[in-house]
Amino acid sequence: MKLGITYMLLYIVLAPFIGGFLEGLDRKISARMQRRVGPPVLQPFYDVKKLLNKQTITVSTSQMFLLITYFVLMVLTGALFFFGADLLMCFFVMSTAATFLYFAAVVTSSPYSSAGAQRELIQMMAYEPAVLLTCVGFYLAAGSFNVSDIAKSQMSNIAFLPGFFVAFVFILTIKMRKSPFDTSASHHMHQELVKGLTTEMGSRNLAIFQITEWYENVFLMGVVGLFIINRNPISIVVAIAVILLVYFLEILIDNSSARMKWQQMLKITWAVTLLAAGVNLIMLMVIR
Amino acid sequence: MANISRSPWLLHYDGSSCNGCDIEVLAALTPVYDAERLGVVNTGDPMQADIFLITGGINEQNKDVVKQIYDQMPRPKVVVAVGVCACTGGVFKDCYNILGGADTVIPVDIYVPGCAARPQAIIDGVVQAVGLFQQRLDEHNAQKRKEA
Repeated sequence: MKLGITYMLLYIVLAPFIGGFLEGLDRKISARMQRRVGPPVLQPFYDVKKLLNKQTITVSTSQMFLLITYFVLMVLTGALFFFGADLLMCFFVMSTAATFLYFAAVVTSSPYSSAGAQRELIQMMAYEPAVLLTCVGFYLAAGSFNVSDIAKSQMSNIAFLPGFFVAFVFILTIKMRKSPFDTSASHHMHQELVKGLTTEMGSRNLAIFQITEWYENVFLMGVVGLFIINRNPISIVVAIAVILLVYFLEILIDNSSARMKWQQMLKITWAVTLLAAGVNLIMLMVIR
Repeated sequence: MANISRSPWLLHYDGSSCNGCDIEVLAALTPVYDAERLGVVNTGDPMQADIFLITGGINEQNKDVVKQIYDQMPRPKVVVAVGVCACTGGVFKDCYNILGGADTVIPVDIYVPGCAARPQAIIDGVVQAVGLFQQRLDEHNAQKRKEA
């Protein structure tokens, strides 16, 4: 209990720094992959600092409230996870947070922002089955939905859940807004939607969005780590190594693939989810 | 005092340019010159932009667009006119529909001459704009403190 609260507080305090640092690394490595020098590793922090210092232009008065709700719910998701609470609960709170982001985008009634928001809903439809199946997988492997119990398993859960791991890493590309599936926010220089979901978010609102993304990424990386972690303390080191490897893989995919249409995204994501996680699920049911 | 000069985000708008300057602006963002090492991001969204790069002269059709983009940008902001057309109207100056340079509708801070402006000159203009961007925030903060 005490340990759970310590982890939770550590998450709330450190997650934005870790998330921002990971994004800085991401931008640096991406630049190197394109044979550029790239920005300094602390660039995301400079960006957020600047955004907080600019004049706030409010397009819609409720947007700030919706974004703060998104922020609070996303922090709550990670806090529940690192506290060791129910994994299903974490993912439900995460989905609720994502819904508030959708509202924050449509409330401005800008066509670009709304189109980005519609695409965000389609993305949610694509990744949600894999997320729910991951919870089921953890329950079948560890016998509990509680993160604290799963983390104390005899063996690393990935031994029972390789298919679920593949499916989860696959949908991470959507969650982290990486290239083949980056339809809703259009990062980088493809701007057919201007900035999609974030078009009407300027200065302070964009800073909140950015920091929330950092919290979310740290939480998602925590879930990746949960696949590896077990009773043995050495597994923590292995988990961190796997997390960094997965992060690198996402950067590589981001830089080496063109974007897809939403139809392709939906088909491929569901196919991977059904094949990898579904087959894994059937095998787990047969063994147990 | 906040240091914001490390993160200038650009918005590039093509007025009625011949595309020569636009190609050079994009060249400045390619791996050869790599503007991102200075923290520069080419964004398409006025709400998120700090520096407004404008190429080409102003005509009757785009003057409202330019004005609206400028108004949508949150303060502090800096305007850079890239190429001789954006500075003065250039060879198109006497055309019946051309009003002149970008400064006929919005206040321009930095003028980058050239036909077409070279990437080195554009980056130099942007670096000067970054200095001005920081200065504007400092002035704004100083005034706020005086009022308080």
